[in-house]
Amino acid sequence: MSKLAQIGQNVLNWVDDRFPLTSTWKAHVSEYYAPKNFNFWYFFGSLAMLVLVIQIVTGIFLTMNYKPDGNLIPGTNISVAFASVEYIMRDVAGGSIIRYMHSTGASMFFVVVYLHMFRGLIYGSYKQPRELVWIFGMLIFLCLMAEAFLGYLLPWGQMSFWGAQVIVNLFASIPVIGPDLSTFIRGDFVVSDATLNRFFALHVIAVPLVLLGLVVAHLVALHEVGSNNPDGVEIKKNKDPKTGIPLDGIPFHPYYTVKDILGVAVFLAVFSAIVFSVAGFSAEMGGFFLEHPNFDPADPLKTPAHIAPVWYFTPYYAILRAIPSFLGTQVWGVLGMGAAVMILAALPWLDRSPIKSVRYRSTTFKVALVLFLIAFIGLGILGAMPSTNTRTVIAQIFSVIYFGFFLGMPFYTKNEKPSAPVPDRVTFSTTRQKILFFVYVALAVGGAYAFAHVV
Amino acid sequence: MSDQQVNNSKRRFLTIATGAAGAAFGGLAATPFIASFLPSERAKAAGAPVEVDTSKLEMGQKINVEWQGKPVWVVKRTPEMLAGLPKLDGKLADPKSEVNHQPDYCKNASRSIKPEIWVAVGVCTHLGCSPTFRPDLAPADLGPEWLGGFYCPCHGSKFDLAGRVYANVPAPTNLVIPPHKYLSDTRLLVGEDK
Repeated sequence: MSKLAQIGQNVLNWVDDRFPLTSTWKAHVSEYYAPKNFNFWYFFGSLAMLVLVIQIVTGIFLTMNYKPDGNLIPGTNISVAFASVEYIMRDVAGGSIIRYMHSTGASMFFVVVYLHMFRGLIYGSYKQPRELVWIFGMLIFLCLMAEAFLGYLLPWGQMSFWGAQVIVNLFASIPVIGPDLSTFIRGDFVVSDATLNRFFALHVIAVPLVLLGLVVAHLVALHEVGSNNPDGVEIKKNKDPKTGIPLDGIPFHPYYTVKDILGVAVFLAVFSAIVFSVAGFSAEMGGFFLEHPNFDPADPLKTPAHIAPVWYFTPYYAILRAIPSFLGTQVWGVLGMGAAVMILAALPWLDRSPIKSVRYRSTTFKVALVLFLIAFIGLGILGAMPSTNTRTVIAQIFSVIYFGFFLGMPFYTKNEKPSAPVPDRVTFSTTRQKILFFVYVALAVGGAYAFAHVV
Repeated sequence: MSDQQVNNSKRRFLTIATGAAGAAFGGLAATPFIASFLPSERAKAAGAPVEVDTSKLEMGQKINVEWQGKPVWVVKRTPEMLAGLPKLDGKLADPKSEVNHQPDYCKNASRSIKPEIWVAVGVCTHLGCSPTFRPDLAPADLGPEWLGGFYCPCHGSKFDLAGRVYANVPAPTNLVIPPHKYLSDTRLLVGEDK
């Protein structure tokens, strides 16, 4: 051993005597054994962590120039907050890139998290013994939704203002305490400077702290029970009798760190393409990431002609709109929207089949899954459009399918017969499965595109 | 080591007492933080009545004034508009304005003090968007039976020209009529009862 390496080893020993550095590294990275058959769907967990880092870093730099002040600059109809965002966009060196990274990052967060959740759904990653991994994940999802909503108010544009107005009023529809609760949330009788200031505090410090804690809990729980895989086979059941290492397991580092670097490279290429096209060519990228009306300063007297949330909230928004008010209150739509999110958390207990992976599940389940996917994407498309009578009816049908998928699950997964025998050991995707994957993706994208044009 | 006996009941008592005292003081300590979320004194003080001059309003015109940070509409309705109101009764959720969303002096067919001048808070009773004024008859998007009214762009709620809500739309109740009074024939004060 060279002298330098000896010094390094001594420093490491000194640290290890005082802090579990090497043992933590081993437990969570170099000797964490993950199934060897991870596929495409397993990129999105690590990508979510990458986006979290992007959001935190760009967010820190944005706060250096942003001012959470909803008061109007004297003699104008522009608030200090709106002007400070314009200042970041126009005068701060690199400011527009940082802001577009943050706003596009928010959308990308939901892209990777939705795909990550879908992975859990198709491979049964929420099932015993991973229920808590799923629950922590759901709490992370709720925090993300809160972050997205709180952050959207900060530019204090038209969409910020009216979006917040609508969401805060959701709480006002709760019987008895509702009106006081919404005043409590706003800190005023209307969405105002007080609301902006508290949303800023929650967005930049309170929710991120909770989010980071939950990410740690999500990972600790995952590493305790071990990762699931595309076959839904427990690799811990087949261990090498000598070493106690799962026969189908490979150490996370270097095998999956290297694999994830590929995912990171592809993701960053896509991310950069969006950020730079947003910054360089079209100011709003068709309104998917930042909506047109948010380039107008907030006007409490005038609602924009068409308001819709950013795409990642549209499925739930469509459910909210689909449910009419009756018995003199609109709380039903609000309850429906809340239930649509919360019901995901009950998945481990709704699904009564011991079969984890969709590869071996019954045709009934596969049909239900496809219907659910159609309903979810369909609701997402409908929620982004102005409502008409036909669209409302379609949204109502999709809402019924959405809830039917979950509420019917205890019945159609009971005594489920596998479509093929579940293997003892993990398997790799066959060429047929790989081709089918692209066919399914093409069908989903093509179908969504066609639906959006027809409806 | 001493051979002293552990007094379990004393331990339990002290644990519970410490826990209870901690919870009580914790609750006490949380009070100012929770209270700070309530509207401040400055926010409560805002919202003085606003005066509106109705003499310059044209027939069928709507103006916006700001009261308590909310849009308040003042509309001068034409005789045709007023004549259309009773025809809609069958399609509305609350045609007689039974829900207490207006001062008693506006609980009438036109939901106003003077039939032609109508004052309302321009905030949808669904989720707080400001509906769009659509006085046009039978427009393509609202159907051939539309007699003029208000359409909420957010969730598609419809109201007639007296702010009465249509049945089977997201909004459950009629638009709110704020307290208002006339200081003279054309001087309207929004925010104070007559």
